Amino acid sequence: MWWRAAFLGTAMAIGLAHPAAAVMAYVSNERGNTVSVIDTDKWQVVKTIKVGQRPRGIALTKDGKYVLVAVGDDDTIQMIDTKTNEVVDTLPSGPDPELFIEDPSGKLLYVANENDNTVTIIDIDKRTQLGAVQVGVEPEGMEVSPDGKILINTSETTNMAHFIDLASRKIVANVLVDSRPRFAAFKPDGSELWVSSEIGGTVSVIDPVQHVVKQKITFAIPGLRAEAIQPVGINITHDGKTGFVALGPANRIAVVDAATHDVIKYLLVGQRVWHMAFTPGEKYLLSTNGVSNDVSIIDVAALKVIKTIQVGELPWGVTIARH
Amino acid sequence: MIRTLLAAAAFCVLVSEVAAAQTTEIKIGYLRQGGARAAISLLDIPAPDDGVAGAKLAIDDNNTTGKFLNQHFALEATDLKDEDDPAAAVGTLVERGMSLALVDLPAAALLKAADAGHARGLLFFNVGAIDDRLREEDCRANVVHTAPTRSMLADGLAQYLVWKQWRKWLLVVGSHDADKLFADALRRAAKRFGATIVQEKVFEDTGGARRTDSGLTQIQSQIPLFTQSAPDHDVLVAADESQVFAEYLPYRTWLPRPVAGSAGLVPTSWDGAHDQWGAIQLQNRFVQLFHRRMTARDMHAWMAVRMIGEAATHQHAGDPKQMLDFFDSPDFALAAFKGQKLTLRDWNLQLRQPILLSDGRVIVSVSPQPGFLHQFSELDTLGVDRPETKCRLDASKG
Repeated sequence: MWWRAAFLGTAMAIGLAHPAAAVMAYVSNERGNTVSVIDTDKWQVVKTIKVGQRPRGIALTKDGKYVLVAVGDDDTIQMIDTKTNEVVDTLPSGPDPELFIEDPSGKLLYVANENDNTVTIIDIDKRTQLGAVQVGVEPEGMEVSPDGKILINTSETTNMAHFIDLASRKIVANVLVDSRPRFAAFKPDGSELWVSSEIGGTVSVIDPVQHVVKQKITFAIPGLRAEAIQPVGINITHDGKTGFVALGPANRIAVVDAATHDVIKYLLVGQRVWHMAFTPGEKYLLSTNGVSNDVSIIDVAALKVIKTIQVGELPWGVTIARH
Repeated sequence: MIRTLLAAAAFCVLVSEVAAAQTTEIKIGYLRQGGARAAISLLDIPAPDDGVAGAKLAIDDNNTTGKFLNQHFALEATDLKDEDDPAAAVGTLVERGMSLALVDLPAAALLKAADAGHARGLLFFNVGAIDDRLREEDCRANVVHTAPTRSMLADGLAQYLVWKQWRKWLLVVGSHDADKLFADALRRAAKRFGATIVQEKVFEDTGGARRTDSGLTQIQSQIPLFTQSAPDHDVLVAADESQVFAEYLPYRTWLPRPVAGSAGLVPTSWDGAHDQWGAIQLQNRFVQLFHRRMTARDMHAWMAVRMIGEAATHQHAGDPKQMLDFFDSPDFALAAFKGQKLTLRDWNLQLRQPILLSDGRVIVSVSPQPGFLHQFSELDTLGVDRPETKCRLDASKG
């Protein structure tokens, strides 16, 4: 009998060890009130987690233990344990959280509260609020500079990127961009900040030292009316050479040469593409397609869409976790 | 060249530095002729601050932005009585140092105000009147329109009815001038988009009260009788801006047919139930401040004050001419929770905008409908387009 138990024990150990290598994508489904978990080896939804009302912003914590998902209509951020894939706790995000970002230490979380014109600061371990910064109307995009010193928030109706000094928690600069700025991303070396303007239809490339827009990335797709081009999510490769910009109801992702800021290619994905995430090593890029209820998988080296996976209703955000 | 560069440099500094410079005050007037508008449904009786509340919310939004730019916005609303002279009210605006004003006035009064303001360099934003003539033969170069026109509303509705394959319309028109104008717009829309009006009927306003102690007993038999003899139709379209009869039509027609136009499925620029494209955030802000739902008039005023705010953010709020040039430039795009940017028609200063179709509870659809194409902007499939316009801004008195 003992050998059987021992054998089972080994099998279990192997069984546990194997998924530890798996890479999972977590997709927030805004209307479905669920998070779809995709196994990126099989490209299959392996679990659907019930979460709160209107899940949008979603991100893995630095320690890899939790996937955080902002459930705006429940005024909270839920914590999904990446081991069990279950909601285990919540963070006091303040009203209507949408996007958020962790500081480089992984101790603090900065949350955009759309209804309140504020950015709330949360101690993740203690699950408490530490304070708030007043910003413009309808704060949304959140980003921290690679050196960890500056927090960026974009406000959708004020049409600015606010530069917040993290030591003093004071706004040190405001940079005007085009209408409805929704997302901000630094180049990995911190040399540029990209801000997408959904209604303006552009991505502003900001010099983070001078606090000026040095260039605007524009998009044109033959046969498509200009109003349909609505940039939202931005992902820049680790080497800082290539940027991917999700263009919303244009149903395309623009591939941008990050040195010249020219569009190299448009990738046709699902309908109303919102946000994206790279798998480890930037082999694949996943995009959430809100209206077609699916996720497109892009082979980054080939710049080709290789697969589409059905998820829940109105997918919005995506993050990747290594198990 | 050097001057341009210097100006650009100054601009960058202004925007990026949080300096304690002197605050610029931007005062906006608001001329309105209120008075209770009669309605069949209690739910449709406008609040006393209808429109003004939308302007106030936009003032708040502008001020949140303004604190980063050392700009402060203020609103001064004036209620005009029927006998008050709009030209005199414009004089008061000028005396109080205002060069920008929202106007919610009937067409004739609006034109008086606009012409009085012309010589004194005032720019107006029409947030109430939907008359096409104010954007056509009576257009003015100093009046921007954030309210849509009757033809935009009628086209928005017609596109949906045609998309739905409800092409045979029974048109019922009220006996007031505004009803007839809306009927004109609906006839034009039917022709443009391929619907057929199988019959027209007039519903005479005999001057009865909308509320009586005897209630709706008679109406229940009147409406079936009124619609009994009509040829077969897919939908009953009502033109009743005066709100005399249209709300009595649904569920009471002889044939079981949907109602659209002034009741049933209503085309509008805004609705308290609209929550797409981030609109929920605006709706929440509005309800929090005013404890009621946001109306189309509130939205027209919000958009007008936000347009001024956008011009100010881009440092073009100095004078009306500069502001109009900015609205005409590619830099201007108003985000107003309609799923796409709103821009200004340069030939008559009308704000392009999608039209919502509301059943009074939810948004049923948003026009332009798929398939209605346009070489410049699909929004220009709604209303009178550039080639048809009678507006000559250069020749207008404005």
